Amino acid sequence: MQHDTQGKAFGSVRAWETVVALLFLVFGAGVMFDSWRIGARWGDDGPQAGYFPFYIGLFIVISAVMILVNALRMGREEGGEAFVSRGQLRMVLTVLIPTVVYVILIDNPWYPLGIYVPSAIFIAAFMRFLGKYGWLRTALVSLGVMLVFFMMFEIWFQVPLPKGPLEAAFGYA
Amino acid sequence: MQEIQSLIGGFEVALSWFNLVLMLAGITLGVIIGVLPGLGGANGVAILLPLTFSMAQQPGGQTSAIILLSCIYWGALFGGAITSVLFNIPGEPWSVATTFDGYPLAQKGRAGAALTASFTSSFFGALVGVLLITFLSPVVARFALRFGPPEFFSVYLLTFCAFVGMSKGSPFKTIAAMMLGFALAAVGIDTVTGQLRLTFGLTSLLKGFDFLIAVIGLFGIGEILLTIEEGLEFRGARAKLNLKVVLETWKELPRYWKTSLRSATVGCLMGIVPGGATPASFMSYGLAKKMSKDGPKFGTGVVEGVVAPETAAHAAGTSALLPMITLGVPGSPTAAVLLGGLLIWGLQPGPLLFTEKPDFVWGLIASMYLGNIAGLIVVLTCVPLFASILRVPFAIIAPVILVICAIGAYTVHNSMFDVYMMVVFGVMGYVFKKLDYPMAPLVLALVLGDNAENGFRQSMLLSGGDMRIFYSNGLVGTITTLSLLLLFWPLISRLIGRVRGRGGAA
Repeated sequence: MQHDTQGKAFGSVRAWETVVALLFLVFGAGVMFDSWRIGARWGDDGPQAGYFPFYIGLFIVISAVMILVNALRMGREEGGEAFVSRGQLRMVLTVLIPTVVYVILIDNPWYPLGIYVPSAIFIAAFMRFLGKYGWLRTALVSLGVMLVFFMMFEIWFQVPLPKGPLEAAFGYA
Repeated sequence: MQEIQSLIGGFEVALSWFNLVLMLAGITLGVIIGVLPGLGGANGVAILLPLTFSMAQQPGGQTSAIILLSCIYWGALFGGAITSVLFNIPGEPWSVATTFDGYPLAQKGRAGAALTASFTSSFFGALVGVLLITFLSPVVARFALRFGPPEFFSVYLLTFCAFVGMSKGSPFKTIAAMMLGFALAAVGIDTVTGQLRLTFGLTSLLKGFDFLIAVIGLFGIGEILLTIEEGLEFRGARAKLNLKVVLETWKELPRYWKTSLRSATVGCLMGIVPGGATPASFMSYGLAKKMSKDGPKFGTGVVEGVVAPETAAHAAGTSALLPMITLGVPGSPTAAVLLGGLLIWGLQPGPLLFTEKPDFVWGLIASMYLGNIAGLIVVLTCVPLFASILRVPFAIIAPVILVICAIGAYTVHNSMFDVYMMVVFGVMGYVFKKLDYPMAPLVLALVLGDNAENGFRQSMLLSGGDMRIFYSNGLVGTITTLSLLLLFWPLISRLIGRVRGRGGAA
């Protein structure tokens, strides 16, 4: 791996190519292993359950090895290029981390909130902290959007979504 | 002409008030989806698919449902042009070539002309595609009635090999992504033997992976993560689109009839092959540049440079539905999602569909004509409205789209596990996009995995495990040979290049 020619890069293209290829390699090997376990040969009544997936796994392993070889043979310029700059990564994480928290808030073993309340909080948090909107506008938009969604799914289309304690308090469960 | 009669029957189905309203709603939703970052044809249709489940259970509802979904698809195709021209952001990969001349035109203050030209040529391309579907698909379907398992498997093989042959990037990445799709499709209970496969003891994996979740995650969440990298701002040109601009552009368009016809032909030919829309748009742009008198001016903002890729992309996008309804093999990720919809509603796409459900098939084909006319009118009249959607700040749009994706993922099976998986697929989509792993073959493999495997198994049962069954007659042999040619095309073309290069040096 190259060091610090880019300064603020988070990993080079080559490094990430290698990581992803290795993940493919492990995955492919896993597929082959599990298919072999349930039988990947020719049974009495035709191909066994693992026959097709076994070769799928084999193809994954072969292409992963080729990608790995190509990644390691990459030229200094191409391979050393930044995969993502720190600034970009920070932006990506400011979206990704709240999204993960949001999904956990909707449903978790401890205190599931349903989909509507976390969605309103999620939109509000984005507007307030990334968009720097005032509290009033933030509240209006986030609550308004969720009210529309609630009407749409629970009342018009009758597609029930996960609900939590707040909805239960209003008699929707 | 039996086709014309069937088509008239189809128009009778499609021309009910309810279906017309669905058409307009679908087009409008589709354009919005196409304009918004993170929502495109494929995941837009995937998110809205669960809403049609109850609709499809009513009599005639399957036709209404497919009309709604296919109109969302047309709308998304139109919407992609708006962002390409006004914001220089291609909404879909096949809109990339539209930005070459569309955005310079907009900067010159001719955004209206660029939009009119692109919408009109989209419409023309789609029309040629629909005509092709109308007259060719019954023939293909009749022909395919004779297909047995080996023929079907060889068609699947051709589909997947085409991805390898036509991909611009590393063929190994295409294969890896595709095989990942196949492996994910195999997860869960094996339908033939009832054995558990690749679940590694996890009960949540028993049901397997649904491709809709993968589509929403890969294309939706992944796209948002990519967009946010560039920051929160969109800067776009303003569009003034009034009747005068439209009429003036229309007066100019007939001059490019040669380009239009050529691009439509390229589009139709490439569209039938999977993954063809993007290469079709680039190819016809390249051809137009080479063959037009104004060739050297291409790239500085000429109307002809918008006409060429848009016509081809829409012709391809439309004809991608031909193999889907006749053979059950979708030509694009969005066609794959539509195919998934048919399966969920209890329809088996393929040659039998034409004889068993003529109302459905011809209603769909008729709605393609009507939907594209409706689409042209909607986009021409409402451009400023749609463009203003893109001016809604990202800090509001992004979380709302993420919420919509989460709801969409949940409603597929009413399962929270799917929502978690959606986030995982989202991160995967982001990394794959950054490293040039193609996502279309992954999605198609996930959709077709079980069918392809069944085709293979049945062929193997027929032949007793003898691979020569794929060369047992002229038809299957031709398709198999073609597939292998495409599969090794990257290698072959490199060899040809090397031989030529050596010849030149000597």
